[in-house]
Order: sequence, then structure tokens, then C-alpha cells
Amino acid sequence: MNGAPPVAASGLLFNSAPLHALVLGLVVVSLCMGVAAWSIWYERKFAARMQNRPGPTEVGPWGLLQPIADGLKMLQKEDIVPAAVDRPLFELAPLLVVVASLGTLAVIPWGDGLVIADLHIGVLFALALSSLMLLPVWMAGWASNNKYALLGGMRAIAQGVSYEIPLLLAATVPIVLAGSFRLGDIVEAQAGLRWFALWPPGPGAVAFVLFFMASLAEANRIPFDIPEAESELVAGVTVEYTGMKFGMFYLAEYLHTLIASAIAATLFLGGWDMGPLGAGVHWMVLKTLVLFAVIFWIRWSWLRLRADQLMALSWRWLVPLGLVLVMASATWVVLA
Amino acid sequence: MRMPLDLLLPSWPDPHLDLGEYDPEADLVALNMGPQHPSTHGVLRVKLYLDGETVVKAVPYVGYLHRGVEKLCEKLTYVQITPIVDKNDYVSPMMNEWAVNAAFEALLGVEPPPRAQYMRTIFAEIQRIASHLISIGTWGLDMGGAIGGGATVFLYCLRERELILDLFEEVTGCRFHYNTHTVGGMRHDLPAGWDKRAKAVLDRISARTWEYERFLLDNPICRQRAEGIAVVDPTLAMELGVSGPILRASGVDYDMRRDAPYGAYGDIDIQVPVRTEGDALARALVRIAEMRESARIASTLLDGVPEGPIGALKPVKLHGAVKLKDGEEGYAAIESPRGELGTYVVAARERRGAASPYRLKIRSPSYHAISLLPWLCPGHTLSDVVVIIGSIDPIMGEVDR
Amino acid sequence: MNPYVPVAFAILIAIVFSLVFVGLSYYFGPRRPTKTKTAVYECGMPPVGTTRQRFSVKFYMVAVLFLLFDLEAVFLYPWATQYSTLLDSFPGTFVLGEMAVFLGVLFIGWFYCLKRGAFQWD
Repeated sequence: MNGAPPVAASGLLFNSAPLHALVLGLVVVSLCMGVAAWSIWYERKFAARMQNRPGPTEVGPWGLLQPIADGLKMLQKEDIVPAAVDRPLFELAPLLVVVASLGTLAVIPWGDGLVIADLHIGVLFALALSSLMLLPVWMAGWASNNKYALLGGMRAIAQGVSYEIPLLLAATVPIVLAGSFRLGDIVEAQAGLRWFALWPPGPGAVAFVLFFMASLAEANRIPFDIPEAESELVAGVTVEYTGMKFGMFYLAEYLHTLIASAIAATLFLGGWDMGPLGAGVHWMVLKTLVLFAVIFWIRWSWLRLRADQLMALSWRWLVPLGLVLVMASATWVVLA
Repeated sequence: MRMPLDLLLPSWPDPHLDLGEYDPEADLVALNMGPQHPSTHGVLRVKLYLDGETVVKAVPYVGYLHRGVEKLCEKLTYVQITPIVDKNDYVSPMMNEWAVNAAFEALLGVEPPPRAQYMRTIFAEIQRIASHLISIGTWGLDMGGAIGGGATVFLYCLRERELILDLFEEVTGCRFHYNTHTVGGMRHDLPAGWDKRAKAVLDRISARTWEYERFLLDNPICRQRAEGIAVVDPTLAMELGVSGPILRASGVDYDMRRDAPYGAYGDIDIQVPVRTEGDALARALVRIAEMRESARIASTLLDGVPEGPIGALKPVKLHGAVKLKDGEEGYAAIESPRGELGTYVVAARERRGAASPYRLKIRSPSYHAISLLPWLCPGHTLSDVVVIIGSIDPIMGEVDR
Repeated sequence: MNPYVPVAFAILIAIVFSLVFVGLSYYFGPRRPTKTKTAVYECGMPPVGTTRQRFSVKFYMVAVLFLLFDLEAVFLYPWATQYSTLLDSFPGTFVLGEMAVFLGVLFIGWFYCLKRGAFQWD
């Protein structure tokens, strides 16, 4: 038994803590998968509105049932396994990619005590698992035995090693300010609208932007989606995947984006707390979805960077910026 | 020892580099890009030799869309050829029609009436705008992906192009393959009030060209992707027979509309946009400037469309009315959105009462532009290759014919 | 209860979910492999050469640097959590100064890498 009790006594759904965790886990995981699936509809609608077109309209009212139709379609697709693939890795990669992104959900606090596992190393756990997603992506790239997939996998690794460091450095800022790894403590340190994105007026905001950028890169979203870059690598790592296995990659991308938004909302936007407007799950969900929408907005308005430019951006600008930010936030704590 | 790239690839790299001379420890990977690839603008196939992500050698292969159009034309009468060549440069069908009919008119010695000349010129300029819109839009797709910001650029471009297709539909009844040019003139006259509607559309489009220019210039990602990429050497380009925006972006001030006027271009002065950078960004900027200039030309010409007949001879009578000798030849070229689009035609004796060419050869600008690829790609990365292909804007229907 | 038990639950749920999805597609999807269908995709052409060959990895140096910088970032973390506590027992300039020295050395290392061209991609 290390660290504090897993859940605050007031937040227990059931008398038994394991049951609470299990039920909460089921609810959170299925809700997040639902949101991720539904967000595909939302993104398509969002993009369509940006591009003067109606978007999905046929399935259900306003096309709302489109994700279900897509899912059913994917279930019925033939699962083609090319002859030359490395079979075990090829089959395992789409499973792992979803597991890696869903595992991160365990530590995200959705409300006071409403967290599956309140680890005292929450930030580290979240960052570690979310960068673990690189591994299945590389597995898929290697196992496909396809040059496009291999190039995609290479790029995924290159991008991962470049953006991991700005991500870690940016995440250090709220840790320094809050003095804790526990995501719950970080949220409480921001109580009363003293969001880390706003409060140390300079470094906080920059760190938030840095963290957000690096999260986009980790989640392979435009302008950092070079591993799947469909205009040059066709579909990158997923090129040989069909049916539900491709769907798993697709789902994992959205899940990862959702989780990155949730972590950013927790670390920098005060999580479930909204100061005088009260606290609750709805604020956390709202903040997450707003960040989620910002990611869509970025995706549908920006072009893609080239692989070497992407790495140069990280190593030449973001890494030193992260170092400066850590120093600035430490100075802030001393002064305050 | 690894040879530095700039030793191997001087400013004018050797496209026929013997790979054996390249660093043997480089572990080159040969990669087929195309024909089934989302960004090779149809079915272009480029075989790339990659050192990591850097292209060492690029070999384009064409012919995956070969339909034998030129051979087919030998079996058809001069009037029947127009709808066939419509499908060559499928992004600007009006240009194909004009080019092929201008050659037939040169062969037959027919001069279209002034009204037809004006209509052709106006259609051509409007078509040029539509074609450049597609070019810019698909270039956005190449840089930003079909599921990303690139698609937004693409669909904005299509929004404007839709207005142009509506205009053409009103005249010809077709949105795409118009079949409105014919030997000695036009098939369809302008409907009443068309000029006003066309002017409104042109004003709207030329007002919106700033959006595209801003997209290119104010977007740091776009600038990073396009600036200094694939600089075309003007001498090399002229040796390869490249023309059009690619040549003008490299500082060669050459435009057939001004330098060898045809149609109604003699009646109007044309500002030819020229840039000297020669890179991918310059080519796109030249295209945008051309869109604006085309809108101006078309609006000006719309004011002075002369009254009169739209055809010099009755097409149905073409069969027997024109007597041609074996081996007579004609050539005509026009400035298509991609450069000099020429048609060379050799007459045959009438066969079975029909007047068909003995041989028809289309000089397509895209074919010549594609031959730049082996020079442009080496030294750039795989991601740049799609930007390069997009910036030279080949239309495979026209390349392979 | 060990706080990692819920984590195990979450991962277990995730595994079950993904297995169910892929399993359902095994059940519903047709399975008619042909030679052409299971061929490697290379833009519709027979692949040139093989994928299982030596491949020139240009970012090798960056990957090595990643290890270094990642470790440094890990060193930052304990300091970051204990920072407020340390401030109680030591003067602020001392705690801050120590970190400034650490980060300064890191920064010099970064600058050295930059100047040596380690961040050149090709």
C-alpha cells in the first residue's frame, strides 16, 4: 500500500473499493469509446461545416448514427492478412494500440474522487502509457512488410522521440507549481480559477501551448500526422490493415486525442474545478471537449509539416523552450 | 565513405545517375510511387530510390492511362474528334477542343467568325481559372492530406469552380465535356444575359483569389513546405520543352497569348505574371496571378463580343464540302493552363466519304513537364515529391492520351 | 487495496473491449483470400526489392540524444515534486540555483549538439 487511499471516501459509488473501481472503469472506458466513436461523426460534421458541405446526413437524424453504421460496416469487412506479414505482430498491434490509449484513462480524474486509480505518480503514468502507443504503431509498420508502412513506422518513432521531451518538460511546469505528481492534487492546486494555463502569466500559458502541441504530435494529429501522411505514404502504418483492425487504429487515434485533451485540461485548465461556478464532472467533460474541438479545428485548417521540419521544430525550438519554462516556473514558485 | 549529396547532385543534377556510383553503404530502398497512389495526380508512376527519406533518383513512368486517342482520331471525321479530345486534359476540356479545332481550321483554311473567336477566348480564360483552381486545390491536398487542412483548401477551390461549371452548363448543356467547339466556329451561342452572369462570377472569383494568395503566403507551414522546393532551371526547362506557368515561374517571360496571339487575344493587352524564384511556391503564385489576369481578360472581352454568326461552315456539310489533298498538314497551338498545347494534323484522302486525318499528334504540355521530375526530385525528401508533382500539375489524361 | 489494482482493471477492460471488437469482425467478416488480395501493396505494382533489408535511419543521432534528454527529464521530476518541500528547509536561491546549474549544463549540451549539427535530419 503506497500513497494515499485510492478514492476519497465521499466519492465511492459502492462500499467496496474494488467494485467501485471496476464499475467506474467499465463506465469510463465505455463512455470514452462511445465519445471517441461519436466524435468521428462530430469531426466529419465540423469539417463539413468548415468546407461548405453538409457532411453525414443519411444515417439517423443529422447523420447521428453514422458511427454505428461505420462500425457495423467495419465488422462485416473481410479481414485481409497479406501473405508476407509478420503474423503475431500484425495481429497484436491493433489490439495494443487501443489498450495503450485506454489504459491512460485509469488515472484521469473526472471529478473529485471520480477516478479509477488515483495513483500518486499519475502524471508519469499517463505520459508513459500515452507514449507507449508508439510501440504498436511501430509494430504495425514493421509487421506489415510494406515499404510505406515501414516508412510510416520509422516516422512514428522519429516523431515520438522528438516530441516526448517537450511533452515531459511542459508537464514539469504544473508539477513544480503544484508540488505533486497526483493529478487530483494538481487539480486542487488550481482551485479558484488559478489555472496553470493562466496563473503564472507567462510560463503557464506557454507551457500549456507546448504541452498541447506535443500532445498533438503524440496523438499523430495534423499538423504532426506524418506517420500516416496519406498523401505521400498512402496510409502509412495502417496501409495493410482492413476491416475492424483498421477500425482499431482509427478508434485509438480518436481515443488518444480525447485523452490528450483530458490530460491537458487536468494539468493546465483546472480539471473538474470551475471556481465560483462550482465543481463537477460536467466542467471536466466540457473542458475536454472544448480542447477536443480545438484539435479538430487545427486539423481541418492546417497543412502537414515535413518529417525533418517536424523534428527540427522540436529539437531546435521546443526543447530549449521547455528547459526555459521549467526554470521560469521554478523561479515563480520562489518569488510567490 | 559517404559522398555528400551536393557533390553528387550539383545545381543541375544528373537524373540518369548510375546508382552504383552512389555510396554503396547507403542501403537504398527502391519504392514504387504510383500508379495507384493518392497524390500522383492520376496514374503517374515514379520509381524512387530512397536513402532514408531522401530521394536519390526518381524515374517517372507514363502510359497507365493510354487510350490511343491519337490513333482513334484517324478513324473519326474532323467533326467527331472534338468530343474525344475533350477527355485528354480532363481539367480543362475547352482548351483541348480549341487546340484540335484550331489545327483543323489551319488545315482546311477556314477562319472562324469574330464572334466565335471572342467566345472561344472567353471560354478559354474562364476554363483557365477553373483549371488553376483545381491545381491549387489538389496541391493543398498533397501538402495537407485528404483528411486535413488540405481538403479545406481543395473544397474552397471547388466552391469557386462550381460557379464556372454552372456558367458552362448554361451555354453548352454540359458541365464537363462540353463538345461546343467545332471546325470553323462554335456549336452553341451565348444565351441572353449570360455575359452579365459571367461577369458577376468572374468578379466574385477574382475577389476571392486573395484568399488563396494569403493561404500560400501567410501560412508558415505552406511556405516551409513549398519555398525553395524543386527550383526549375529555366535553361533546362526550355530544353525539355516545358512551357506555361512552370516556365513563367522560373523567370522566362513567354506566353503564347501575348507573343503569338490567336483567337481574340490580339484585341487586348495581357499582363503576363512572371516570377524568378522557380520554386514550387512561385509556380502556385503564378497560377493565382494568372487566375486574376484571366478574370480580367474575360470580363473585358465580354464587353465587346461582336454580333454575327458563330460558325464559318455548316458542320454537317463538312464531309463533302472540303476537298483535301493527301499529306496536307496543319499545326496550331494555344496556351493551355499547363503550357503550349499544340495539335499537328496530316490530312488523308477522303475515306468512305468521310474526311478524317491521316495522323493526329497532340503536343501536351504535361508530358514535357513530367520529364522535369528526374531533375527535380533528387535531394528532396519523400514528402517533397508529392509537393513537386503537385506543383508541376500534370494531367495524366493529357500525358498518356 | 493496492492502487494499481484499478489500473489493472482498466487495462483488463480495455483488452476485453478490443478483443471483442476484433473477435466480432472475425465472426461476421467474410474470408476469401486470393493471391492478389494478399499481395503486398506497393501502389499496384509488384514490389521492387524487399522490405526486409537494411534501411538507412537518418535520425539515429536524434534517437540517441532522446535517451540522454529523456533521462535528464526524468531527473527533473523528483526535484519538481519535492521543490516546495525543499523551499521550506533551504533558501530559495540555493534550491533554484542548483536546478539552474543542472539545467544550464543541459542547455550547454543542447547547444553543443545544435552546433555539431546533430539535429540535421539528413
